[in-house]
This record gives sequence, C-alpha cells and structure tokens, in this order.
Amino acid sequence: MAEVGAAAEHGDSMWINMGPQHPMTHGLWNLKVRVDGEIVVEALPEIGYLHRGVEKISEVREFHKVIALTDRLCYVSSITWSHAYCLAVEELMGVTDQIPPRARYLRVISNELQRVASHLMWLAAYGPDLGILTGLLWALRDRELFLDLIQAMTGMRMNQNYPRPGGVRNDIPATFERDCTKVVKHFMGKLDEYEDLLGSNKTFHMRTKGVGVISPEEGTEWGVTGPNLRASGVACDLRKLDPYDAYDELSFEQALDKDGDSFARYAVRMEEMRTSCDLVLQALKKLPKGPYRMKAPRRAEGEAYRRTEDSRGEALFYVCGDGSDRPYRVKIRSPIFCTMSAVPTIMRGERVADVISIMGSLDVCVGEMDK
Amino acid sequence: MSDHLIDLYPLCQGLIAFVNDLVGRIMNAVAGGIEGIGIAPPGAGQPLRDQAALMNSPWVIGLIAWLVAIQVMILWGTAINLLVMMWMERKFYSRLQDRVGIKIGLTSMDFLARIPILGGLFTNFVKRPSHLGTGFLQNVADGVKMVQKENLTPAKADAFTFHAAPVLIASSTLLIFAALPFSDGFTIMQSPNPFGILFILAAFSLAPIGILIAGWSSNNKYTLIGGMRSTAMLMSYEIPMILSLIAVVVLMGTLDPFEIVHRQAQPISASISQLSFLGSAGADGAIYFPNWNIFTAFPAFLVFAIAILAEQERIPFDLPEAEAELVEGWLTEYSGMRFGLVFGFKWLRGLAGSGLLVILFLGGWTGPHITLPLPGLSLAFPFQELWFMVKVYLVFMAYVWISWSFPRIRIDQILNIGWKVLIPIALLAIFLSIALRAFGVYQ
Repeated sequence: MAEVGAAAEHGDSMWINMGPQHPMTHGLWNLKVRVDGEIVVEALPEIGYLHRGVEKISEVREFHKVIALTDRLCYVSSITWSHAYCLAVEELMGVTDQIPPRARYLRVISNELQRVASHLMWLAAYGPDLGILTGLLWALRDRELFLDLIQAMTGMRMNQNYPRPGGVRNDIPATFERDCTKVVKHFMGKLDEYEDLLGSNKTFHMRTKGVGVISPEEGTEWGVTGPNLRASGVACDLRKLDPYDAYDELSFEQALDKDGDSFARYAVRMEEMRTSCDLVLQALKKLPKGPYRMKAPRRAEGEAYRRTEDSRGEALFYVCGDGSDRPYRVKIRSPIFCTMSAVPTIMRGERVADVISIMGSLDVCVGEMDK
Repeated sequence: MSDHLIDLYPLCQGLIAFVNDLVGRIMNAVAGGIEGIGIAPPGAGQPLRDQAALMNSPWVIGLIAWLVAIQVMILWGTAINLLVMMWMERKFYSRLQDRVGIKIGLTSMDFLARIPILGGLFTNFVKRPSHLGTGFLQNVADGVKMVQKENLTPAKADAFTFHAAPVLIASSTLLIFAALPFSDGFTIMQSPNPFGILFILAAFSLAPIGILIAGWSSNNKYTLIGGMRSTAMLMSYEIPMILSLIAVVVLMGTLDPFEIVHRQAQPISASISQLSFLGSAGADGAIYFPNWNIFTAFPAFLVFAIAILAEQERIPFDLPEAEAELVEGWLTEYSGMRFGLVFGFKWLRGLAGSGLLVILFLGGWTGPHITLPLPGLSLAFPFQELWFMVKVYLVFMAYVWISWSFPRIRIDQILNIGWKVLIPIALLAIFLSIALRAFGVYQ
C-alpha cells in the first residue's frame, strides 16, 4: 500500500473503491481504481470476500457428496462445475471408459443448456452495466425458458446436483426432446433480436469496441481462458482440444474473434450460445438408448485431474485419493481467478466508464473465483 | 372566438374579485350590523369597511391573482404533469421490456370497499386482485414513502450547500414554468413576452450548477465525479443548443414564444402549399402546409432535440448519475424526500424540454380545429391546451423510447459529439436560416 500513500501525496490522482458493494461488481469483490481525472492509472482487484473453503470441506466428505459443494462454486453454472468434478473422480477411479453412452450425451445436453443459461445471465448483467436495462429484462426472460428445461431435466432451477461419477442422476422425461427443440429453435430467433438491440447498435459499439484489449500473448501468459481468450483469436476450446464426453462425436466450430476487445468478447459469447443450441439439437438427435448411469466404485486411490470447458473458461479439478471413500485433497483451478490477474494490465489507461464495460465483458463469477 | 380553454390570469383575477367582493359585502354588512343593533358606537365599523375597500382595490386583487396563478401553474406542473409523465414512462418502457409494469391503482386499496358509506361504490374492489390497477398510484405511493424516510447528512459534508442544492435545482426547474406557455392564455408571463425563450433557457441552465454543488458538497468521490461530469457536459450541449436556437431566431425574428408559435401557424409558402394535404385551412378555404420550423430548419431541430435529451439527463447522456460506475452519481448521498425531489424533477425538466421543443419546432399549440356550436360560447376543439399536451407527450414518448434502447455513452464521447458534430451542424443551420431570409424564400 506504499503506492497509495505516494499517490495521495501527489494529490493529482485519487483512489476509488469499486466494491465490495457497488453496482459494477456483480458479487462480493473489490476493484480499487486509481484515477487521474477520468483515466485509470492503476487497478487492483481485491478478492476473497466469498471464500468458503470448498477445497478443504471436500476432504471430509464422501466423493459423491462433494457434488453439492461444486454445484455452489458458481450458481449460474452449477452443472458444468459438478460435471468437471465428476470427470476428475471418474479418472481417479479409472472408470472413464465405462461410462454409458447415453450418460455422455445427457451430460453434453445438460452442459450446453447450462452454458446458454449462464451466458444469458452474463448478458443480463452486461446490459445495465452499459445503461441499457432492456437487455436485462430480455435476457432474463429467455433464460427462464432454459431454466425450465433444466428443471424438467434435473428437477431444480439452481444447484441442480445432476452429474454423478459414472453418469447422471436421472434420465430425461419423455417430453423433453419436444420441449427442448421448441425452446432452442425459439431462442435462435431471439438471438437475432439481441443483435438488433446490441450488436448493431452504434452506441453499443462506441462503448465496447477498442476497449480493454487483451492481446493473444498477454492473455495466454496471464492464464486467461475460455470465451475471453477466444475473443483474442486463440483457439482454446477444450471441447475441441481435449475432448471429453461425446463432444468428439458432434460437429461444431469454436467461436473465435480477433480483436480481443469488449465487443469481441460479447460477439464470441453470442456465437457460443448459437453453437450450444446447435450442439443440444445434435445431441438430442444422436441420443442413444441404454442406461444413464453406471455403478462407480466408492473408494479410490491415487491422483487424477480433468479439465473441461466451463462457461467462463478452463475449469480444472485435481482429485487425490488415499484409498478411503473421501478425497484426500481437491484442488480447483477456476478460470475467473486466473483472468482476474490480468485485470491490472487490461485496465491501465482506460477510462472510468470503461472499467464497467471491461469487467462486465469478462463475466466475473465471484463464487468460483473465491472458491 | 377563443382557441384556448384557460386564460390563466383573467380567470384567477375574476375568481379573486368574486371572492373578495363577497367577503367585502359580508364585512360591510357586519360593520353595519354592529352599529345598527347598538352594541358599538357609530363609526366603530369603519375599520372593517376600510378593510373591505382595501380588499376590493385593483392592486390587492391583482397581487392575489398573481399568487394564485403561480400556484395553479406549479400544481399543474408537479401534481398533474409530473405524475402523468412518470406513469407514462414507466408503463411505456415496461412494454418495451416485454413486461406489464406498475399496477398499483385505486383497485389496490380494497379498504375503500370496507368503509360503510363508500362500500356500495367500490364493491368490486374486493373481488379483484390488487394487481389489476392502471399503476397510476404507484408514483404517489413512492412519493409518500420518500417523505417518510429520514434525511441523512453525511458526517463530513458541507451541510448548508448539501441541503441548498436540491432547493436550487427544484426552484430553477420551477422557474422555467414562469415563462413556458401552455397556450395563448395558460401562462404566467403573458403575451407579448419578448425574452421568453431566453428566460426559459437561462432557467434551464441553472440546474447543472446545483448538481455541481450537490456533488461537491457531499464529500464523496462518486458524487464529486458526477458533479464534475455534469459541468463538463454542460459545455458540450449548451453551446450547440443556443446555436441551434439562433437559427430559429433568425428565421422567426423574435424570442417571443407566442410570436414564434403564431408565425409557425402561417402557411409555409404559396407555391408549396398547393402540393400538400396536411395542415390547417386558410382564410380562403385552401389547405395550407403549416410553417413549422422542423421543416424549414431541420438541422437545427436535430441539434436541439439531442441537446434537450442531454439537458434532461436521459440515458444516452445520463453520465452525471451513471449508476453502473458511480453508484448513483451526484445523487448518491441524498436520501428521503431530498432524493425524491431531485429525482422527480427530472420529469419536470422532461416536460419543460419537450414543451420547448414543441414551441420552437413543432408549431406549439396550433393545429387544425373546429369551433364547437355551443350557445353563448365559442370554443375551439381540439383547443390549444389539448394540442400542446398531445404534442408534448408524443415528443416525451420518443425520448423515453430512445433512452431505453441505447447504452450510456462515455464522457469523452459526449464531448466529441457536442463539439465536433453538433456545433458544425448548428452553424450550418444558422447559415441555412440566413440564406432562407436573405433570398426571400422566407419572409
């Protein structure tokens, strides 16, 4: 904090706390911004307000009971997180090859529905960030449809507790394919409406283009992953690079952009929603018959890790077993925690209003960041 | 024939003269009475008679009539139009956002049906769910809530200026209505008012100073940045606004709002008028295209409309209170009714801004009308007040539509727009107006 004192002495810049309770944060964290007039000289993220010790609590629970915790890593993207954990546990137990095909497809469907819901939540938050409240209402309206689908699939709107080591908790209802196709096709049309409201809006371009540029090198060095890095032109989609579940049996293109600014991140996420919808339709078409879960062993020894493409980037679980029915150690690599380390670099020289535009486009989820 | 419904000052004057005359008669009768029945010596009633005479003297009646006229105008602005416009905005943008919006109305107050005397009138209130109203009372409820809340003063704020700023903002906004006419008669400053437009703009420009004071005195970084932004913005939209006004003044040759409106009611020119079917019938029965400034000075209209949008602090330009980055901007530290006052007065500024736009560019309160065949009374329909309010509300709706479909722009971008786009267009508009006058296209 020596720099803070020095800045105060000069008197030509001032610190503004954007957080812990501030409309910009979308959660409980703090961005300290040193501004010279309207220009950001320095930005220091201060995180950890929401640390719940998920990794430590996991050590005293049975393998399958940890899923309730991993669900709560990010409450807008629960299924993807529990899914990543289950994949790691399956690696640890050595049953990865024996997962029933229907379970692998059901995981793809649930993951992609969850991804769309998560991206819609991001869009709903990004609208008011830029002062366009209509975006919030529209995105939440459409997210409701996807929550309904997830509810039909899992029984819950949030914290679904759906993936299991060895498959998924339950099969889908009989009417699911019909409803899902209807919703997804309806939503594809709505995406064009968003394009009218935001993507082709000159004022929206003014606020997002050329703002918060992450170069491919910088992004890779700081550990930025997911849509944020793909917006800089780095093909880093783990569904392609390191396929899991049934992703290698489905055809899709990863969304890429080259500018690396806020608008590119917006465009990549919008494109990913299309891709996800398409993947859901493909998976529904190919969905094989058979069991949806296998009997996984209760005890495991050794260590294993698995990385998946979360809604926000690369989610990695490292699970270590000592032969008992509980993990000896669980380590979580959360994408936003690593992305946050790039924030001081991105922010330098931008304007105060751009802080909102940049942080909004990064899609911060405090739950997974603070674990 | 009277085109307008309300002649504000003569109406108030007549009312006061009637009341004062009545009271004066009673006082005279009392004075005569106490002398007549002998409870007081002769001449004891003289003070009462003097009082009655004073009350009926023209200048006392005039003074009271002015005060009443001002009260009527304030009530018309704040109690009627403010609520109507807030309600319109909230209902309209709710539909834009695919929802229904506020629904608290009279039907929500089902206790009315339980009052024995009123019970018969409101029987169906209890049968209906409370969320089926029109939503008009929601803003009243919000106002009542605001009044009940505590007025907090931040510990290290400059208390005097902190509390003075809302008063400055509110009073300067009300000052606009002293000169803003709603028709030929519904106005406080009556015709002719050769500097009316100048007065309105001067009153309009006072509020940003109040915002700066409010932001600075709150002792909070968010409010300080908000206040400074307000001042920086003022420079960028006020100058193009005045320049575009000059274009209108060159065309019209006057700053009198009444004169400007009357000149816009004239036919645009003989050659063009034959082509058109819109507009009002002239004396010879032909249909004339009205000479609205939006047609003759379109660039000036564009600049003025955008500048008024910024003047209202609506969303593309609501930087001083950008709630995403500055929490609530210069309003952050205000609470209770002080917050309600400065927040609610935004709609009053919206009313004044839309009204000014209508007067300057959209023909004010003129429009086609017929004379109602009433015995002993000649009244036009639609009368002037109706025309004016319809135009004002439509302009306001357009502003609401814009502000709920656009993101907020950045401070450097509004400065760029103001200095590099709006000022050149405004200068162009002035040249066009001068050319129209110089070559005699426009008399």
